[in-house]
Amino acid sequence: MLYVAIATRAFRRYSTYRAATIAGIFTNSVFGVIYSYAYLALWDENPTAGGYDATDAVTYVWLGQALLMTIALWGGGTTDDLAERIRTGDVAIDLYRPVGLVGWYLASDLGRAAYHFLTRGIGPTVIGLVVFDIRLPAGPAAAAGFAVSLVLAVVVSFTIRFLVASSAFWLLDQSGVKVMSGAFAIFFSGMMLPLVLFPGWLGTLANALPWASYIQVPADIWLGKHTGGDLLAALGFQVFWIVVLLGCCHAVLRAATRKVVVQGG
Amino acid sequence: MSLIDVRDLERTFVVRRKVDGGRRRVRDEVRAVHDLTFAIEPGEMVGYIGPNGAGKSTTIKMLTGILVPTGGHLRVAGLDPSRDRVALARRIGVVFGQRTTLWWDLPLRDSFELLQKMYRIPPARFRANLERFVELLDLRDQLDTPVRQLSLGQRMRGDITAALLHDPEILYLDEPTIGLDVVSKGRLREFLRALNAERGTTLVLTTHDLQDIEALCDRVLVIDHGTAVFDGPLPALQAQGGSTRTLVVDLVDEAPAIEVPGAVVRRVEGPRQWLSFPAEASAAPIVAAVAASYDVADLSIQEPDIEEVIRDLYSRGGV
Repeated sequence: MLYVAIATRAFRRYSTYRAATIAGIFTNSVFGVIYSYAYLALWDENPTAGGYDATDAVTYVWLGQALLMTIALWGGGTTDDLAERIRTGDVAIDLYRPVGLVGWYLASDLGRAAYHFLTRGIGPTVIGLVVFDIRLPAGPAAAAGFAVSLVLAVVVSFTIRFLVASSAFWLLDQSGVKVMSGAFAIFFSGMMLPLVLFPGWLGTLANALPWASYIQVPADIWLGKHTGGDLLAALGFQVFWIVVLLGCCHAVLRAATRKVVVQGG
Repeated sequence: MSLIDVRDLERTFVVRRKVDGGRRRVRDEVRAVHDLTFAIEPGEMVGYIGPNGAGKSTTIKMLTGILVPTGGHLRVAGLDPSRDRVALARRIGVVFGQRTTLWWDLPLRDSFELLQKMYRIPPARFRANLERFVELLDLRDQLDTPVRQLSLGQRMRGDITAALLHDPEILYLDEPTIGLDVVSKGRLREFLRALNAERGTTLVLTTHDLQDIEALCDRVLVIDHGTAVFDGPLPALQAQGGSTRTLVVDLVDEAPAIEVPGAVVRRVEGPRQWLSFPAEASAAPIVAAVAASYDVADLSIQEPDIEEVIRDLYSRGGV
């Protein structure tokens, strides 16, 4: 099948950059250690902050490091290829192909994510397990839920990155939008600080935005904070944003194609 | 019905520009293509030429469906290209000399395999086509090389293979020999000729390299200022506008300018002289006259310079 073939090629393509992978695992691990000590100090002051205990907090740190590249939190991934092809005009060639752009790049990004999960995801987690006391999934339901949630997180992140890349159809260059979107992603995904620590209305807002799907949702499933119907609701939240955002991707792409096709360029 | 049917095709672009230091905006309409009419039959090899900005790429974009015409009639293989873009994509191949359809980081073979899946090419046909093109285009040793490591000529041959794997009825080539060395150019032209002869693939070629046209195209379509200024066979184009052929004479000894009826000496360089005579006249009497009065070491005849003819055509704005 075409999409599997695309994903396999993307996986293989990323696997050619070995040095970058090793350097990345090292960086993730260093940041994991730094964050862990910062969080431990924080939870030493308030041992039940956000309903997490200290072990939850440290586990959350290492999950964040593992997810960072897997979901391509601040951009990058195959959507950067798309933005580049829009900038150079090579995207016109993609329009000659009898296949949709969204499905094409999504398949490609899932292949990339699989590679980054196996290396930049599992690599730092092993370091975290050795150095710190990390919680493993509460049971088979939590483990399976986490696996599903992880894939959904990649797709949500993909749709937002796809929209950012598509801005190049109008702006010629995605970098401004990408920086802005990356800042939102770091803050609202819970990468800097778990969303459970966000107070009042800010917490409510942050937990309703799509970025919550990036780290907070999968991490809470891993930590066993969502069980039973609650677990399904958490996954449903991710699916909801996928449906909405994929719809936006198709709409934006249609408008962009129309612009290119009608206006030339 | 013709394979490509173009009638009174028109495409205008709206260009907004600021005047009065940006206070006012004026709307200009630019007619990139207008009153363009031609038909291409299956199996033809057509050279589509014109100076930069003449409307060549605008036409190709409309023919392939990535640009909507603003007027006129357009059918390719019976389809309306912009409306049936995806259906048409399965039946055409497009090669850009300056862009690649191959995946940069992947071995050539992987790009081909992805295209097989994308165009749903039956495995047996895919293998046969790949085998044949790899053989003809001499790509066997490059199949496992990532595209970014290929030379320009190898990449170009890879792109042509990629465009042909799904057996397109029409192949559009945009500057296919740009940047290639003489040997590669020759090999590519030979391949395209064979492709047309064996499979009846229709070729539409835009190029600045008139040798491509001379080597490949039975028919030339010249476009200037958005409309066709010439449509016909190459010899007719060469016969346009009082073009001349040249007889190059190498004498045994240096001599003053040769005087023979029907030809004029244009240049003398030591024992070599260049005589020009009307393209439609026969060279035989002139050669005989020269040989009768001079000691000739060697003779050769140069056909009219097509580049000159076309330049002439542009400057006169049509025929």
